[in-house]
Amino acid sequence: MSTKHTKAADRFIANKAQEVWHNQTLRFVRDKRDNMAMQLPEWETLRETAHQIKMHTITHLDHYLNEFSMHAEANGVLVHWAKDADEHNQIVYSILQSHGVKKLVKSKSMLTEECHLNPFLIEKGIDVVESDLGERILQLMHKAPSHIVMPAIHLKRQDVGRLFETKLNTEKDNSDPTYLTQAARVHLRQEFLTAGAAMTGANFGVASTGDVVVCTNEGNADMGTALSPLHIISMGMEKVIPDLKSLAVFIRLLARSATGQPVTAYTSHYRKPREGSEMHLVIVDNGRSNMLGNEDHLQTLKCIRCGACMNTCPVYRRSGGYSYTYFIPGPIGINLGMSRSPEKYSDNLSACSLCYSCNNVCPVKIDLADQIYKWRQKLDSFGKADPAKKNLSVGMAFLFKRPVLFQTGLKMAPVINRMPRFFVYNGLNDWGKGREMPHFAIHSFAALWKKGKISGANQKKKNAES
Amino acid sequence: MKVGLFIPCYVNAVYPEVGAATYKLLDYLGVDVDYPLKQTCCGQPMANAGFEDKAIPMAEQFDQLFESYDYVVGPSASCVAFVREHHPDLLKKTGHRCHTAHAIYEICEFLHDVVQMDKLPGTFPHKVSIHNSCHGVRELHLSSASELNIPPFSKIKDLLSLMDGIEIFEPAQVDECCGFGGMFSVEEPSVSVCMGQDKLRNHMQTGAEYITGADSSCLMHMQGIAERERLPIKFIHVTQILASGL
Repeated sequence: MSTKHTKAADRFIANKAQEVWHNQTLRFVRDKRDNMAMQLPEWETLRETAHQIKMHTITHLDHYLNEFSMHAEANGVLVHWAKDADEHNQIVYSILQSHGVKKLVKSKSMLTEECHLNPFLIEKGIDVVESDLGERILQLMHKAPSHIVMPAIHLKRQDVGRLFETKLNTEKDNSDPTYLTQAARVHLRQEFLTAGAAMTGANFGVASTGDVVVCTNEGNADMGTALSPLHIISMGMEKVIPDLKSLAVFIRLLARSATGQPVTAYTSHYRKPREGSEMHLVIVDNGRSNMLGNEDHLQTLKCIRCGACMNTCPVYRRSGGYSYTYFIPGPIGINLGMSRSPEKYSDNLSACSLCYSCNNVCPVKIDLADQIYKWRQKLDSFGKADPAKKNLSVGMAFLFKRPVLFQTGLKMAPVINRMPRFFVYNGLNDWGKGREMPHFAIHSFAALWKKGKISGANQKKKNAES
Repeated sequence: MKVGLFIPCYVNAVYPEVGAATYKLLDYLGVDVDYPLKQTCCGQPMANAGFEDKAIPMAEQFDQLFESYDYVVGPSASCVAFVREHHPDLLKKTGHRCHTAHAIYEICEFLHDVVQMDKLPGTFPHKVSIHNSCHGVRELHLSSASELNIPPFSKIKDLLSLMDGIEIFEPAQVDECCGFGGMFSVEEPSVSVCMGQDKLRNHMQTGAEYITGADSSCLMHMQGIAERERLPIKFIHVTQILASGL
């Protein structure tokens, strides 16, 4: 009884120091989030309002996308529509090609990860440079993000120090964070100055104004777009919101939920191209409209990608982002992966104890745990149910449907208590890995009840009186 | 008031003393308690594992056995939450209405909200650390969840405070999952045991002699780890403390 996630988690936990550190680091971010949330008396009202705005918007997407793109076009933005990842990548490439761009600097975008844009462009001969520090570190390592907000959170500064020694010629054994950051700045400055185009993601698209809002901490998005004559924005179509008033609700929730900051260092509104430059907006579907039709899983479209569900998830914290088979890990990743392809990504469904903490931290109140429960119910129909789990469930149902057999089972169970250890604790007993078995009672509750051994003071008094 | 006593399958087999304590508490209140002998399991283990259809006969059986009682009361937050949250949907699939979802209470909930117990004889001169179980906190709302900005409360703490001499503690990361999670515990044993070890450490750091809570399943998981690692900590269900003076 194990999944790809189980096995990857085993490997992660085998390095105990890494597991302890990863768990504590992410839990610290959860605590920072709590600290922020508890300072706002209106926190729960904000979450409810955000939920309602998102539900309204994703169920009126045609209207808001139309309004958004009309305003963006009126502002001079060139709007493109991509039905899937391929179309998105082709559009971006053709824009770059028509401008003769050889180097593209990017700020953080999970959508371009989803579309596998970087390998596509690199194959076409474009030099793609990630400019978010965490993303750049990973790019230099040829690795994917392990977290959607803090992509390199699984690495220690010593790992970065060693990487920069070989890639950026930093001093040997110097992993001082200020020194390394300075080295990255010097290196990236050169990339910013020589790039032909800048690419950003989009946290929000404001329908009433056509603004694209990007929230960052490092200023790299602004540096890229300010220096380059060409700005390409990649935006998932569910990112549209009605107006600036609703934006205010999300801005108050986003950074508090994500990193425990009141607000990100930069909240940039991109409304129109500067004189002499171009701004392109690629609005991407890539399976989102299919999700609209799935009532059980519709709510994942409310996600604002804050990562709070990962930071609170006790399984994510102890198994790491790479233990999941979908590129987005944690509770939201389990669900987004299943919406993408249940056949391909069902291994992640085991990574949940159904503790429901994710539901409670989610700033837009996505029913993440409920959705995981619902996906589990559908596994059998995809032929992806674990045979051992199924047999166990069938066996239990057989027993529990038969009260007399169940009573017999209760009588027999204590036999296990007296079995030799090797019989009980072996490779087949997953419970016994790290735990002793429960001790079955010699007389079950039902047996005691039948014998009249279950009693209370009142009952005794009544019996004495009668 | 007719109360049907619901003793979950594993409590029946492993922790009959928890059932006995629950009975004692109900009997002390003078309510008419009955234990339908044909009960087995609520169906949660199969459903959480992804086999809800296998749990439907259990839901039907449960509803028939308990439909005539004013209240159904059981000593397991997780099982009670499953009946309340999922039995209506399961029974809908067979065209039946669920009678018990609105009548079922976890024992602490029943004592705190329905009976509004404000005194209880007995002393328990020990240090205890409360295990706030996930389904108790986040489904039954036995205490305020740590993630939410709502006024703090704890029904278990309120009830335990009725005992003389007791010292009540709560662990750091007050309602983080212990890693039991039903079949999760055997499908993801490494993560599950790791979560349990961390939880035990937080409980033990309070200096408590006992870990107590409303879910014997979490206690069973943590006890299994504590026994394997020979940790000096004892486990007791909250009903056993509350009934100790009766």
